[in-house]
Amino acid sequence: MQSFELIRPRGIDGILSDWHPGDAFIAGGTDLLQLMKNDVVAPERLTDLDNSDLHAISLVDGSLHLGALATMAEVAAHVDVKREWPVISQALLLSASPQVRNMGTVGGNLLQRTRCGYFRDVGFDCNKRRPGSGCPALRGDNRELAIFGGSSHCIATHPSDLPVALMALDAQLDLAAPGSGTRRLPLAQFYRLPGDTPHIETALRPGEMITNVVVPPGPHARNSLYVKVRDRTSFAFALVSAAVGLAVSDGVIRDARIALGGVGAMPWRLPHVEAALRGQRADTSVFETAAARAGDGAISAGLNKFKIELTRRTVLRALRTVAA
Amino acid sequence: METSNPTRRAVLGTAAALTAFSTAASRAARSEQPPASVSPPSQALIRVNGKQLTLELEPRTTLLDALREQTDLHGTKKGCDQGACGACTVHIDGKRVLSCLTLAVRCVGKEITTIEGLADGDTLHPMQAAFLAHDGMQCGYCTPGQIMSAVALVKEGHTQSDAEIAEWMSGNICRCGAYPNIVAAIREVVGPDGKRG
Repeated sequence: MQSFELIRPRGIDGILSDWHPGDAFIAGGTDLLQLMKNDVVAPERLTDLDNSDLHAISLVDGSLHLGALATMAEVAAHVDVKREWPVISQALLLSASPQVRNMGTVGGNLLQRTRCGYFRDVGFDCNKRRPGSGCPALRGDNRELAIFGGSSHCIATHPSDLPVALMALDAQLDLAAPGSGTRRLPLAQFYRLPGDTPHIETALRPGEMITNVVVPPGPHARNSLYVKVRDRTSFAFALVSAAVGLAVSDGVIRDARIALGGVGAMPWRLPHVEAALRGQRADTSVFETAAARAGDGAISAGLNKFKIELTRRTVLRALRTVAA
Repeated sequence: METSNPTRRAVLGTAAALTAFSTAASRAARSEQPPASVSPPSQALIRVNGKQLTLELEPRTTLLDALREQTDLHGTKKGCDQGACGACTVHIDGKRVLSCLTLAVRCVGKEITTIEGLADGDTLHPMQAAFLAHDGMQCGYCTPGQIMSAVALVKEGHTQSDAEIAEWMSGNICRCGAYPNIVAAIREVVGPDGKRG
């Protein structure tokens, strides 16, 4: 690991005013330290966010507010989260390991870098790591890579589970930047598809940081679920995952939310499948018809072709389970 | 942002460079308060198993490396050094975490417990005794991390069934495959009803 300086400013104002180009923020550090040990990134200075006062989990006018520094374990165990937004708790408990969940934070999890093996091994070219160098994954080991949202420059997936749940719930992010106050941005507008600039992954401006996540409530949020399919039973990244929320009354689907993990360049919402569910009876034939369209628009790079059918089956299982 | 200057990296990695830097150690005063800024290297007081230890830390020194290279506490093991195996599990302020992904300088002011901090003199912690009784190891390399994780697990209370124990121990890999015996050891400590015995 390259040497660096560590600064420990107090409060969000101190953190932002001390920021300089080339700095990186460190929260839980579980992803950043892996990347630094492998020389994938080499910031000259780290800003420690421990004293940021962004750890709170609270309810504001019925909406859930997650401080960016709240740990994955704290959010997963929170009684209000488990009752009103169960998909969030489940997505977190199916993430990583208990030790990592005690360290990893909400903000850090949203910003976790892809697990694409070519990105994480500096012996390979990678358009995300070294723009213009090429993407060996396109004709290489792409079994775990994206079938939605990729480009001819990058087919990396976003690896995290939490933002999949948050995407299904129409979460918004509060972002704070040096000298320009705070702005609120829908999570759906936060992530950038790779296109021909796969090194630009989010809408974050220089020095800007996530301070807070806002999640609205609703019957679809209360009746929500996370299904994760992976190569081993626990402590593995998703091959395919699905966050679903269904609002059902009198046997009719009033609202439906579906987002996928493990398959997209960003957490991947399925609006056409949601539309096929709204206003329909909450029964198996409706679920089967809607889930059959979950792979629409998918593009296989070869070894990841199995994910298309696995996506349909995962969505169907999630719908049947959440409606049961 | 990729490392673009391998020469600088190589120089920084050499023992000679570290020795040269150590003359700057007096820059930061020894303090129990987290320092406002840390440049390589500086002395820090880290509290481990109830004792204050003076360590010389670069910002990039992990807690795992600090324990193994600067103290006689070698029980905490380095397996993958990437957060994937759990061999380096310790407790910080009572919570199980991975020391390989923890910067040591961020531990100033916190309470660290390692495997050496569990026993009471010559009396083993009940979890250590249970691992012995149930042969919860073969080669033993993962065992300190397994035990640190298991002690935290009992406190967390996710021990209602063997399946729940297995899920909540999934951050600790055992390549010898002693998993059934590890679960049996934890079951003995928590008692037959899954509550703490």
